[in-house]
Amino acid sequence: MQRTAWKYYPRQQDHNTEQNREKSPACVQLQLMMSSSFNIFRVGISVVIMCIFYKSAVDSLSELSPQKYFSTLQPGKASLAYFCQADSPRTSIFLEELNEAITPLQDYGISVAKVNCVKEETSRYCGKEEDLMKAYLFRGNILLREFPTDVLFDVNAIVAHVLFALLFNEVKYITTLEDLQNIENALKGKANIAFSYVRAIGTPEHRAVMEAAFVYGTTYQFVLTTETALLESIGNEDIENAHLYFFHCKQVLDLTLQCRRTLMEQPLTTLNIHQFIKTMEAPLLTEVTEDPQQVSTVHLQLGLPLVFIVSQQATYEADRRTAEWVAWRLLGKAGVLLLLRDSLEVDIPQHSNVIFRRAEEGVPVEFLVLDDIDSLISHVESNVHIEEIQEDEDEDTKSPNMDVQDDEVAETVYRDRKRPLPLELTVELTEETFNTTVVASDSIVLFYAGWQAVSMAFLQSYIDLAIKLKGTSTMLLTRVNCADWSDLCTKQNVTEFPVVKMYKEGKNPVSYVGMLGTEDLLKFIQLRISCPVNITSVQEAEEYLSGELYKDLISYSSVSVLGLFSPNMTTAKEDFTEAGNYLKGYAITGIYSEEDVLILSDKYAATLPALLLSRHKEGKIESIPLANSHAQDIIQIITNALLETFPEITVENLPIYLRLQKPLLILFSDGSINPQYKKAILMLVKEKHLDSLTPCWLNLKNTPVGRGILQSYFDTMPPLPLLVVVNLHSGGQVFAFPSDQAITEQNLLLWLKKLEAGLENHITILPAQEWKPPLPAYDFLSMMDAAASQHPTRKDPECTKEMDVQENDKKQHEDKSAIIKEPIETLRIKHWNRSNWFKEGEKSFRHDNKEL
Amino acid sequence: MRLAAAARLWGPPGLLLTFALHPALCLRPARTAAPPHRDYCVLGAGPAGLQMAYFLQRAGRDYAVFERAPRPGSFFARYPRHRRLISINKRHTGKANAEFNLRHDWNSLLSHDPQLLFRHYSRAYFPDAGDMVRYLGDFADRLRLRVLYNTTIAHVTLDKDRQAWNGHYFILTDQTGQAHRCSVLLVATGLWVPNQVDFPGSEHVEGYESVSVDPKDFEGQNVLILGRGNSAFETAENILGVTNFIHMLSRSRVRLSWATHYVGDLRAINNGLLDTYQLKSLDGLLESDLTDLAVVKDHEGKFHITLKFFLEESNQSADAITLPQDDNDNFAMRVAYDRVIRCLGWKFDFSIFNKSLRLSSSGEFSKKYPLVKASYESKGSRGLFVLGTASHSVDYRKSAGGFIHGFRYTVRAVHRLLEHRHHHVPWPSTEHPISQLTNSIVRRVNEASGLYQMFSVLADVILLKENATAFEYLEEFPMQMLAQLETITGRKAQHGLFVINMEYGRNFSGPDKDVFFYDRSVGHTEDAWQSNFLHPVIYYYRHLPTEQEVRFRPADWALPRPTAIHHIVEDFLTDWTAPVGHILPLRRFLENCLDTDLRSFYAESCFLFALTHQKLPPFCQQGYLRMQGLMGTESLRRHGIESGLLRDYATVGRPREDGGQRPVGSSPAPGLPVQPLDGNKEEL
Repeated sequence: MQRTAWKYYPRQQDHNTEQNREKSPACVQLQLMMSSSFNIFRVGISVVIMCIFYKSAVDSLSELSPQKYFSTLQPGKASLAYFCQADSPRTSIFLEELNEAITPLQDYGISVAKVNCVKEETSRYCGKEEDLMKAYLFRGNILLREFPTDVLFDVNAIVAHVLFALLFNEVKYITTLEDLQNIENALKGKANIAFSYVRAIGTPEHRAVMEAAFVYGTTYQFVLTTETALLESIGNEDIENAHLYFFHCKQVLDLTLQCRRTLMEQPLTTLNIHQFIKTMEAPLLTEVTEDPQQVSTVHLQLGLPLVFIVSQQATYEADRRTAEWVAWRLLGKAGVLLLLRDSLEVDIPQHSNVIFRRAEEGVPVEFLVLDDIDSLISHVESNVHIEEIQEDEDEDTKSPNMDVQDDEVAETVYRDRKRPLPLELTVELTEETFNTTVVASDSIVLFYAGWQAVSMAFLQSYIDLAIKLKGTSTMLLTRVNCADWSDLCTKQNVTEFPVVKMYKEGKNPVSYVGMLGTEDLLKFIQLRISCPVNITSVQEAEEYLSGELYKDLISYSSVSVLGLFSPNMTTAKEDFTEAGNYLKGYAITGIYSEEDVLILSDKYAATLPALLLSRHKEGKIESIPLANSHAQDIIQIITNALLETFPEITVENLPIYLRLQKPLLILFSDGSINPQYKKAILMLVKEKHLDSLTPCWLNLKNTPVGRGILQSYFDTMPPLPLLVVVNLHSGGQVFAFPSDQAITEQNLLLWLKKLEAGLENHITILPAQEWKPPLPAYDFLSMMDAAASQHPTRKDPECTKEMDVQENDKKQHEDKSAIIKEPIETLRIKHWNRSNWFKEGEKSFRHDNKEL
Repeated sequence: MRLAAAARLWGPPGLLLTFALHPALCLRPARTAAPPHRDYCVLGAGPAGLQMAYFLQRAGRDYAVFERAPRPGSFFARYPRHRRLISINKRHTGKANAEFNLRHDWNSLLSHDPQLLFRHYSRAYFPDAGDMVRYLGDFADRLRLRVLYNTTIAHVTLDKDRQAWNGHYFILTDQTGQAHRCSVLLVATGLWVPNQVDFPGSEHVEGYESVSVDPKDFEGQNVLILGRGNSAFETAENILGVTNFIHMLSRSRVRLSWATHYVGDLRAINNGLLDTYQLKSLDGLLESDLTDLAVVKDHEGKFHITLKFFLEESNQSADAITLPQDDNDNFAMRVAYDRVIRCLGWKFDFSIFNKSLRLSSSGEFSKKYPLVKASYESKGSRGLFVLGTASHSVDYRKSAGGFIHGFRYTVRAVHRLLEHRHHHVPWPSTEHPISQLTNSIVRRVNEASGLYQMFSVLADVILLKENATAFEYLEEFPMQMLAQLETITGRKAQHGLFVINMEYGRNFSGPDKDVFFYDRSVGHTEDAWQSNFLHPVIYYYRHLPTEQEVRFRPADWALPRPTAIHHIVEDFLTDWTAPVGHILPLRRFLENCLDTDLRSFYAESCFLFALTHQKLPPFCQQGYLRMQGLMGTESLRRHGIESGLLRDYATVGRPREDGGQRPVGSSPAPGLPVQPLDGNKEEL
């Protein structure tokens, strides 16, 4: 190893002058003689830089005369000195880089100095004109190496070169596969190797490797190459990027075997190498008997997930072998643990064989049922990968603009502000006209506020409704802008916006509590008109039940409700009427209590008092006995009856079905549902196999947002139709019915059974995170603190008292304008550090408690 | 008996004689029995007394107002002497919002009757004092307030009694010797005793209360006015054109209200003399301590100014007294004056209160006011509240508590306090889901008049419910009593609170400050904390501050140091409804205090979240999930897609032919779920 070829990496950043770029060669192959005088001892070093004139842009660099410099050198301490003479622009750029390198080099115990070669004091390091630009690395007063300044082109190169020179023994530079094999053989059974390839010496990756070597150099043998051929010969063709392999040689006792190799997949940064080596040091496989949620290993601290292989006594040996295999595959990506089910108190779903725990706190562990190791590996890798992407995103959005609107309602309303709305279709009411108007005609009143985005968005739907109803409704559509008529709104008990109320003859206003949209409000208005209907003859009742009586209303509600009572059942009738009134606008209700009611009760096999429910879509009429049911019960009965057994789920109706608190069985369909699927599911419903689920289907043509849902369940749009079970209320798992199976009653039943038994793997778990603030806020408190500390005089109570200001008005004035001008510049900096936000506030809480 | 007496007294005003006779005739039989009792006694039927009477009446309380004059507002019957009120009667603001309009109505009292707005009583921007008298009379009559006119309370004492609400009763004795027993005493007597300075020759000085208001009486005279308040300038203004010159003398420099934001300082409407002084007319302003002066009358009846100690030196006759100009021949006031007028303001009448009430003055800087707590209750005796002008010590020279447009709100605050203390009616509040938090604040800062007029004295308080899913909104609470909020309001503040206050910039205003300096206003949201003009400030506290924290708060802070603070940037139109400039930063502040997402979403977004997340943002939880989702219209949806905040799902990729199906462990993080995903998202 007397002669070594090193590649020098070109100056990367274009430092300001064209000249510079031209001078630095694209890629210089430099032959460097390793002189015997460069014996390197590993204690400390000093780099000296020689200059002649000491006019420099750099202040913090200590500037010494040669004599002074050599007198400061301490035995065993390393020092880098730049001896300089002239103040050319090039020199000052180098000095800037050198200046930046001071702190990182100090971390390694290396001091940096600039030595000014003054005429009186000559030193042999103060070169003649042509080779002025040199830096020298000393340990004590022994020269270790000299560097032309273009080798030290930036801070990374400086740190990398200096450490490289100092860690000569710890980091072996090699050029051939043979060298590598020799080292590998020599260390088998003794030590592990960290082998790295970098494109050139002096790159940031080189620096990262050297910094890692400084820390771990005594524990592992570091080996470095810049030879692309060597990299390719160990099977890596990606020569553009730096790589680091960990060779597990220590436990190899048979010299004929190769050391296992683990490739580090993250980019080579000091932090990543540190993390990688930490995971290499961690035990390959840990056996645990604790609750997976409680276990903590170094992996979690490093942000890596944990994989628990669930084992039991009977299969322990085999499981352990599997686990080891998995552990090798996942080395550096996740921690692998063997969990003994028998000795565990925590309940694990019976069939799950793997438990996956993310590094993020508060995310529940996932119980998986995996058939083979590959699916386990891919599950882990896909998760680890996502984390990286998110990290990157975080970096990209480091300074999000807080002034950019991220409220979709506010933004859309704002963007639409210039489009004139046909407001004249609704009557604007004022404090003066309100009472007379709502008394004179049945009115719908929209209470809104002109400045409030949600109510302005709804106003548009309201206007659309007015367009639809134009000239057809007896209902007067009116509106009150509460930004103008605040007192009126308060009097009408409106304290939030928007609110819709219906006034009949000016009294007992009914609040509309449905969806804020044209369709639902229209339905409310239409259905309210005459319910509950008083039916007067059997024939009329039949027409009512068949849907002929209120043909136009049927489109708003697919169910008509008819209460049957004997004329003497007064209380029952009252309860029913009360319920009917309550459901006004949401259901069609009618009442029949003539003498001949028995004709109807006999026909529909109802025991009086009773409810008849006519489902128009299905053409079915069912009866429900009402004995001893109070109004509340009746409301409940009717509300439940309005639910369909296999509804098409839409944006409007989802909340009703979510109330059932059951997992949803959703059939996603692009267009109408295949009748066979429908039949299959209805069959299952009938046989009570779906009692624990809410079966429904989603038509992507009607509800295109369904595509967004599928996209979050699956990476790419899966083939349709597709059946999933979404466990929204407990756990958030999503299961997909295998797409290669036909949706038949039998297959479905089998799948659901497996699901129930925990034999199916979920495809994803819905995130359980809370909704956090999308962006930070301005931290005015610390801005005020900063301003206050800049101008401590402001706190002086003398100045704040008006009594005393007479004398010093001029002074005050100057003071004030300074306050107003100056902090604006310094404090426009936004404060992003959200975690410190409140802590700071508490810390400085007791700072200046002066009484007025 | 008592009721009968009162009932007859409510009748329309009749002959003075009848009134004078009533107390004598009706109350005589009661004398031997225990004095008639009332839960609430109000002293004085001025604006503050009537305002309190209104609230007591609306709440159905047992109360009476005692007024020595035959009609309400007797102070205004006499003052200001030149009859022009300097409280603004702004009849038009361009807005219909009645609450907002009260921000610019300085004369009306609070009531439910829109007819009782001062703009119906005068068209003048600076109305005549006679209109105020008429207005107050109407206010008392139309609302049928129980006022005992021609009843002069001469003496107030305490009567200890364990049964009493406050451990004692207040015994009021009127001019006939009739006693009245009261559980709570509300003193709204104003300031009416003229301030006098005692110096040699002060007997030669005419008082503002009696000086002629006819300019003819001042023709060709040299006039010296003592004092530098609005009454002094008003007097000067009246005679400016007929005198030889006017000199004005007072201890302190002139304070211009437009520089101090304090309406009690010299108003521009009265400052004509400043103009002539600075434009080298003969008029002028001088500063000196009045207590050092002496006025000497010479044989011609003219007045000379000298110093007190010159008089003390010798006991010579008037013409031989040493004058300053004897030593110092260019002494400013060396001319002889024809008149010296004292316009030094008024002070509270402490004389009728027995010592046992321990009603003392407020200390060196506000001697003229009785000492009260920030709740307007006397520090000396529980159950005694000071209302109106006399309560101004709480915010003297800071806010508007000494004026109708300010104390009408503090009176309401006192009434709310009493309702809870004695009748278990908690401080009125409205409860809302947390998704309404930003709206509630925006609404109030844009229309609330109490917050605006009584800035930095009354503040709105938002009490968070557990887990911050809902909140209670309390209006116009005396902010210096924040530590005692729970006992005063009967509401619980266990889970953190916001305080909404209005503030001027810290160092902006004050006498002698140039409030018109260049770049005085702030436009950027990030500089909002440097706003100078009145702007809303929101304080967030995790816990209710303690009394210690309130008392020892940092100098120039209105409240103790909060956990976090937000300033809504000052606005030229005082309209804080700009979506990005005002509402967005406020929402971000609230979100970060509560650590939640307060954005609003269309139903479609909520639908997506409901099926792709285990938890929903508050807006979806409290709206969509309760069947009250916002559906939106096609045109809004298009804007949403353009802005990138909404996605056009109809164009999302069709299912792939190969049916490739690949599970993904996690879906996009919440918080950015509506951001468009890259069309060509990298394969994992």
